[in-house]
Amino acid sequence: MATTLPKKDAIIVGMGWTGSIIAAELAKEGIEVIGLERGKGRSLKDYYVVHDELRYGIRYELMQDLSKETVTFRHDDDERALPMRQMGSFLLGEGSGGAGVHWNGQTFRFLPYDFEIRSKTIEKYGQEKVDELGLSIQDWGITYEELEPYFYEFEKASGISGEENPLGGPRSQEYPNPPMKDTPITLKFKDATDQLGYNPYHVPSANMSQTYENQYGATLAACQYCGFCERFGCEYGAKGDPTVAVIPFAKETGNFELRNFANVVEILQEDGKAVGVRFIDTKTQEEFIQPADIVVVTGYVMTNTRLLLNSNLGKPYNPSTGEGVIGKNYCYQILPGVTGFFEEDQFNIFMGAGALGACIDDFNGDNFDHVDLDFIHGGNIAITQTGARPIASNNVPPGTPTWGSEFKAQSIKYYTKSISCVAQGASMPVKSNYLDLDPTYKDAYGYPLLRMTYNFSDQDRNLHSYIGEKIEEILLEMGATEVSERSNLENYDIVPYQTTHNTGGVIMGDDPNTSAVNNYSQMWDHDNVFVVGASSFPHNSGYNPTGTVGALAYRAVEGMLRYLKDGGSLV
Amino acid sequence: MILTEQDKQKTMSRRRFIRNSGLVAGGLVGGGIVGGLIGSNTRNGGELVSPETGGEQMGESIDFQQAPLYFSNLERFAILEAACERIFPEDDNGPGAISLGVPFFIDHQLAGSWGHNAREYMQGPFFPGTQYQGYQTALKRHEVFDEGISAIERTSMSLFDTAFVELEEEQQNEILTQLASGEIEMHGVTSNVFFRLLRSATLEGVYADPAYGGNKNMEGWKMKSFPGHQMSYLGQIESEEFIEIEPSSLRSYTDHH
Repeated sequence: MATTLPKKDAIIVGMGWTGSIIAAELAKEGIEVIGLERGKGRSLKDYYVVHDELRYGIRYELMQDLSKETVTFRHDDDERALPMRQMGSFLLGEGSGGAGVHWNGQTFRFLPYDFEIRSKTIEKYGQEKVDELGLSIQDWGITYEELEPYFYEFEKASGISGEENPLGGPRSQEYPNPPMKDTPITLKFKDATDQLGYNPYHVPSANMSQTYENQYGATLAACQYCGFCERFGCEYGAKGDPTVAVIPFAKETGNFELRNFANVVEILQEDGKAVGVRFIDTKTQEEFIQPADIVVVTGYVMTNTRLLLNSNLGKPYNPSTGEGVIGKNYCYQILPGVTGFFEEDQFNIFMGAGALGACIDDFNGDNFDHVDLDFIHGGNIAITQTGARPIASNNVPPGTPTWGSEFKAQSIKYYTKSISCVAQGASMPVKSNYLDLDPTYKDAYGYPLLRMTYNFSDQDRNLHSYIGEKIEEILLEMGATEVSERSNLENYDIVPYQTTHNTGGVIMGDDPNTSAVNNYSQMWDHDNVFVVGASSFPHNSGYNPTGTVGALAYRAVEGMLRYLKDGGSLV
Repeated sequence: MILTEQDKQKTMSRRRFIRNSGLVAGGLVGGGIVGGLIGSNTRNGGELVSPETGGEQMGESIDFQQAPLYFSNLERFAILEAACERIFPEDDNGPGAISLGVPFFIDHQLAGSWGHNAREYMQGPFFPGTQYQGYQTALKRHEVFDEGISAIERTSMSLFDTAFVELEEEQQNEILTQLASGEIEMHGVTSNVFFRLLRSATLEGVYADPAYGGNKNMEGWKMKSFPGHQMSYLGQIESEEFIEIEPSSLRSYTDHH
């Protein structure tokens, strides 16, 4: 028998970046907010003794406990989906701060092209291009210009250090902090891409280039370039991280309660409106009902989609008819990458920061002509110096065995003499890639797991091959004496780590028939439910998604405040 | 010229020395084999070194971590040792897996949450899956190692009629190559899955913080010029020159505590 708790104005499910921002902004306005987070609480003091590659980088200390919940995976409808038993391809976060604790901090804005991708692609290349490639692309129902102020709010909150992207959308303000330092590696990349006629710039970074105070009164320290950023928490408080930058402020308002170990399993509804949520206290296994006026779902892509499906909110996507919206347009990213081996140079590769790097957008979005190409979009090509650690960094020249004396010699030699250059290739939705509930496998509480049906498309393979060639040219221009073999993109494999930039499932748009939420992240079907995060991306761009996620969160807050005052659909 | 016993040992390959010294130490093939096989030159704690630098000899110590917590059959532990040493052998580049304590690292990992897949989804039903669906065996990692070590020994006996630890290096490599290609029959898991685990665990033992029992005296890091845990590179990040830095381990956090 579940215990019913006193009603709140707003429930937030998940306390990562979006949940924290929304909590702070609502609480600031006097809204009574409860944040329900299934993982543990964290603060700066919990990031001590963090320079441990095995514990954090390899054994995933800060990530989701898969024994309780995972996803199942298959390539297509004819295969049997099986559980992702171990973390691999992407790393799901858990606990206060979510993945905002252990992210690298590379914080871009999606391009103006992204938000109007369908219109702009058809306008320039015709409907045939979209049809030939079998793409389910759609406009987002909002433009870059409309989102611009919200991007800036997030850049202030997370303290972005950066310089203007020469090929990006126009900015109304400079970044709150100057770019991070240059190193021999970033300079080599910038020189080479400059020589090739491209437009290099520093990666916008949530690692602070200087001491900084954000709009919530949080002081973030200057980054020490210690090389333990991705997959680690920052012991200096030098990384934009919700537990440091936002949650303390939310708590100070007196209107925000954070409840850890609260795993929300269902959104409760009556007559087309949400009335609250059911959650399980993961420590006692006790069940609670938390009523509220609005429910804000701010988990990861998988969590958001699964929670709606398990709650019967919104119409599930049907891949054979193309109807329904929940689970639609699941996207990932395409990562062409090449490693360059440098006989003459030796780099301080172990120094670095998660978002220390240089990049170009000459082959991203529609910044280059696609008339004669068999794909659309592209990717941001970057060299990052995130701190190469020795267990995971064993680059060896092509043809080297994977173990034994020669492997040992080459992996030791090239540890400080190799650099990898990778693009984050955009991922376009196709009809056959989607999320739904698994018919067989359950989580620790008996609820169905999310099932992912996903494989790469020809669009992906063509993009991979084209951008890969460009990367190889850059590395050779940088002076690499040898480069790794470029492999062809074949089938998606859930084992090797690729990227934690999963998107879609609860997508936004301007039509209730083809999208789940409007541009305030408000559900069309249930106007007091807001689903915020990368789950609302109708496709995935060629960048890290967090900047755009943050912008959508600030946009959503504005909608929630209006809704709490006036009610009804916001668009 | 007649070589003295000592000279003979010097001229022999290290592996052969290990093997022969084991036989010399009473010809034991049973329980006493490990102590005999692996000489005091590789196993003992040796010098106590400064946790800050890994250098600066401070006196004698006993490395109490170097005891098995998972393996109870030391013949089987010796097979693990020999296999790790082939993956990361001692050579001109520096110490190998055994000198670095890698087998103890793996043993300790198998005894803990990793060996028991504590934070992974282990609910059934189990199906083999495609090559793209990852780990699908119902076995936990410690059971995969149990099966793998049995498979190594079984293959050694059937191919060479000799125990794995007694084989020439090339013969040992041949068996590992077969494991890696998935050719060797195993119970409940394929041999390539076991080999991938063995290889990754060996590299982890070479390069993980010495707190875990491998990377002895940070020798793994020193080979690779990785300085371990450092508080800050703020003053060095822009350097055009490569900077050699004495490594520091997690142990140094507690010094400041």
